[in-house]
Amino acid sequence: MQLETLISQFQKKDEKAFEQLYNMYSDSIHGVIYNIVRDHKIAEEVMQDVFIKAWHKADTYNTSKGRFFTWILNIARNAAIDKTRSKSYKNSNKNLNAEFFVDILESTDNLNDKIDAIGIQKYVKALGEKCKKIIEYLYFKGYTQKETSEELDIPLGTIKTRNRNCIKDLRAMILE
Amino acid sequence: MDIKAYIDSGILELFVAGQLSENENKDVQDMMLKHPEVLQEVLDIESAIVKLSSTMSPSDNTHLLLQRIKEKLQFGASDVKVIPINKPRYNWLTYTGWAAALIVGAGLLWTLNQNQQLESQVSEMDTENLYLEQQIEQAKTDLVIKENLLKVLRDRNIISVPLDGQGNFTDSYAKVYWNKADNSIYLDAQGLPEAPEGKVWQIWSLTLNPLSPTSLGTIDNFNDDANKIFNIANANESQAFGITLEPTGGSKTPTMEQLHTLGVVSQP
Repeated sequence: MQLETLISQFQKKDEKAFEQLYNMYSDSIHGVIYNIVRDHKIAEEVMQDVFIKAWHKADTYNTSKGRFFTWILNIARNAAIDKTRSKSYKNSNKNLNAEFFVDILESTDNLNDKIDAIGIQKYVKALGEKCKKIIEYLYFKGYTQKETSEELDIPLGTIKTRNRNCIKDLRAMILE
Repeated sequence: MDIKAYIDSGILELFVAGQLSENENKDVQDMMLKHPEVLQEVLDIESAIVKLSSTMSPSDNTHLLLQRIKEKLQFGASDVKVIPINKPRYNWLTYTGWAAALIVGAGLLWTLNQNQQLESQVSEMDTENLYLEQQIEQAKTDLVIKENLLKVLRDRNIISVPLDGQGNFTDSYAKVYWNKADNSIYLDAQGLPEAPEGKVWQIWSLTLNPLSPTSLGTIDNFNDDANKIFNIANANESQAFGITLEPTGGSKTPTMEQLHTLGVVSQP
């Protein structure tokens, strides 16, 4: 399995492996961070922090922590959320409560041309409102199922299957 | 186990989201290894999330960012990986800091040493001062005594009686200054030798007709006295004064062989 080899090389401080993993996930992680901090410069700062931290803490990753992507996603969410709690960030008076990842997709000037963003944007718009929010909370904000159920007023027991269906829709839109 | 039901439960989506416990993660890992369709499902879910979040990335300069991250991680310096970490710890600031600390430390020691020297000097000066003060005090006391003596000798009521050497002691001499008003004599015994061990000078008041001596006492501190002037009470109607050398403690009658000086009071 190629990914596993890459990860174990990365854990042995292989610089090439680090670069490959960075190229695989940097856009995604950048998107997640930007979605939280909503500032280009701050997002870049957090990006650096996240990948430097990942390099130094590489040996703490193992499969009991889940997917490698999930591991680094977790570092990124935490770093970005920490940033929004910092004094300097609060002074910038950003109102984050009303913002969702969909907003980013809908403002066209944010779209980069590396990926088929415009196509994805078109599909994501078609996602149900609850789906957009479930994905936002569970994947991009790191809420627990309980927090998500309270936030969206959906019974806790149904979060798992609702999410499953939403991801199914998403996959149908962007992977085919 | 029904793999389809397992997949449909939604646990794999939560696995990718990072919502599972470590044990649950391990279970999913096991399932992925055992069942390729579970692995494929996880890869598809992850891929969808990675793609969706990538579209949220506001710029395409993540490659520029990579360069900065690599610089910060000092990539390309793999042979000397340890050195870059240590290097900044010993920059010029560190050396300057240590140098400054050493200079300050040395300065402190020097000041401390100076201070101790000054303190011991002050202490020496204090001792010397005290000594000089004592000298002055001594001189003042001496002066008072001498002024007092001078006053006595100049008193008009004083009768001066020279005592000349007698017999074998012609080199000896003494003088008595007799103040009849306060019944005391001042004996100037500078012309007498020091009393030998076991002997003392004894002063006698004499009447001549008939010759009868009255002891005025012994001079026990003769050898220690510097100016050799002694104030002695004398209430007698003395007609002459004599000084003999007697055994310590004095004698009841003068030992005539040891009569060193004798002087007669000249009648006015």
